[in-house]
Amino acid sequence: MEAYKRVALARKKNRPTGQDFIDNLFTDFIEVHGDRSFGDDPAMITGLGMLIDMPVTIIAQERGKNTKTRIKRNFGSSHPEGYRKALRQMKLAEKFNRPIVCLIDTSGAFCGIGAEERGQGQAIAKNLMEMMSLKVPILSVVIGEGGSGGALALGVADEVWMLENAIYSVISPEGCASILWKDASKTKEAARCLKLTAQDLLELEVIDKIISENHRDFKNVYRELKIGLYKGFQKNQALDTDQLTQNRYQRFRKYGAIESLTE
Amino acid sequence: MLNKGLFKKPKNELEAQHRTKRKTDPAIPSELCRSCPSCKQLSFSSDLENNFHVCPKCGHHFRINARQRLNMIVDPDSFVEQHHDLCSTNRLEFPGYDEKLEQATLFSHENEGVIIGTAKIGDHQVALFVMEATFMMGSMGQVVGEKITLIFEYALKHGLPVIGYTVSGGARMQEGMLALMQMAKTSGAVKRHSDAGLFYLAVLTDPTTGGVTASFAMEGDIILAEPEALIAFAGPRVIEQTIRQRLPKGFQRAEFLLEKGFVDAIVPRSIQKETIKQLLTLHQIPQGGDQNGSL
Ligand SMILES: [Zn+2]
Repeated sequence: MEAYKRVALARKKNRPTGQDFIDNLFTDFIEVHGDRSFGDDPAMITGLGMLIDMPVTIIAQERGKNTKTRIKRNFGSSHPEGYRKALRQMKLAEKFNRPIVCLIDTSGAFCGIGAEERGQGQAIAKNLMEMMSLKVPILSVVIGEGGSGGALALGVADEVWMLENAIYSVISPEGCASILWKDASKTKEAARCLKLTAQDLLELEVIDKIISENHRDFKNVYRELKIGLYKGFQKNQALDTDQLTQNRYQRFRKYGAIESLTE
Repeated sequence: MLNKGLFKKPKNELEAQHRTKRKTDPAIPSELCRSCPSCKQLSFSSDLENNFHVCPKCGHHFRINARQRLNMIVDPDSFVEQHHDLCSTNRLEFPGYDEKLEQATLFSHENEGVIIGTAKIGDHQVALFVMEATFMMGSMGQVVGEKITLIFEYALKHGLPVIGYTVSGGARMQEGMLALMQMAKTSGAVKRHSDAGLFYLAVLTDPTTGGVTASFAMEGDIILAEPEALIAFAGPRVIEQTIRQRLPKGFQRAEFLLEKGFVDAIVPRSIQKETIKQLLTLHQIPQGGDQNGSL
């Protein structure tokens, strides 16, 4: 399938959002709010829930389902307080030894005056740094659009998975076409060149697994994810924490390491 | 008296070419004088060089390259470069990237967008990275990310502080997700260095944006900035396009970040070396040892 078709599918309006995944993957979900210093970011849902019989912390980006909720959720683009809210919950997960599930779906961190004033770059940087050494297992799943740094801020995990029609990119294909080629009509070509599909990223080892979306039936997706996350956490919980954080460091250390550059 | 019209902004490319030709007139060597982009006044290049490339009239900091910066802050002949040879390849076969890399190498006289190594500053042994704006605007691809990571790993192994100068347009889009992954990789290296109780001083220069701001630039124990440096996650143009609104004057400049609490101090070039020395002493970084920066 053409890369740009995946982009369209990943952004499709009726595609299930973060909240749908929460409802279908976990039981006893309790949402918790706020970053304890500025406010609560509705573009980022955080909470606790049961994955089968395992208490977990859940961090999910939420785009909204209709005009009203999309505006409320800021179309899934977080301000710095969203990333700080996520980190607060991740630190609590570490304290109480709960694994962390991150569900990624954002066109990117919000670009605006307030976001810059309150340190969008610093908020993302802090998540990258802290997630790298969290002493509990983290699994991240790109369920729709994985837009650049705003997605990566939930993506420093032991394993990163993608849904078959999700995308994950350093920049939107529109942004790439307009910046590099000053030509908005080259969006499709940009989508292809950026290697943003799940298949491309599996080949580049940016992700570890693709969750197939047979006939757009998300029941199967939920079932596969539920079992997959459970098994993934069991596997990682068996490791001692030094080994866990060492593995996570090496997982990201490999990109562009000297051996591969001199090949 | 110099021809006034000579320093006006060219209206179009043709005119610009014409100007360049005129500039080669031996009577007026182009290197003799430079016009300040801030106050528009002319200064002799030699005066600028003796003044840290800072406009003597208004204090504007001209953009300078990584080697010029090194000379301003490290003890003479103490810099020992590491991994100078690392070059980028076009792994994604991104159209036009090979040519861009070639041009950047010619234009910058560097192999990539960052220089790393060890040196002495006021006789304190340090590890350093200095980014290079003239190499594809200091954008971070796999080699830049690798070199930053290598210097933090080296510093961790040898118990050294890291002094890092940033200048960057962000992640290098021609390397796709492999460029984005460098944000996580470098952040991990900074974190390990930090967890070992070692000191990281970041100095943000004009412009520091995008994926570099959202990773190692904002991860310093102490973060200094040069006067008026643009420091942003999203650049001003992107924000104006998103919110369809003009941005206030001084938005995203170093002074604005200081006011909002995201940098520790603004330090003009003329006192940067002194300030760094002071901070190294206050962090009890040992002095002396080997003649040069190598261990
Ligand atoms: Zn001036």
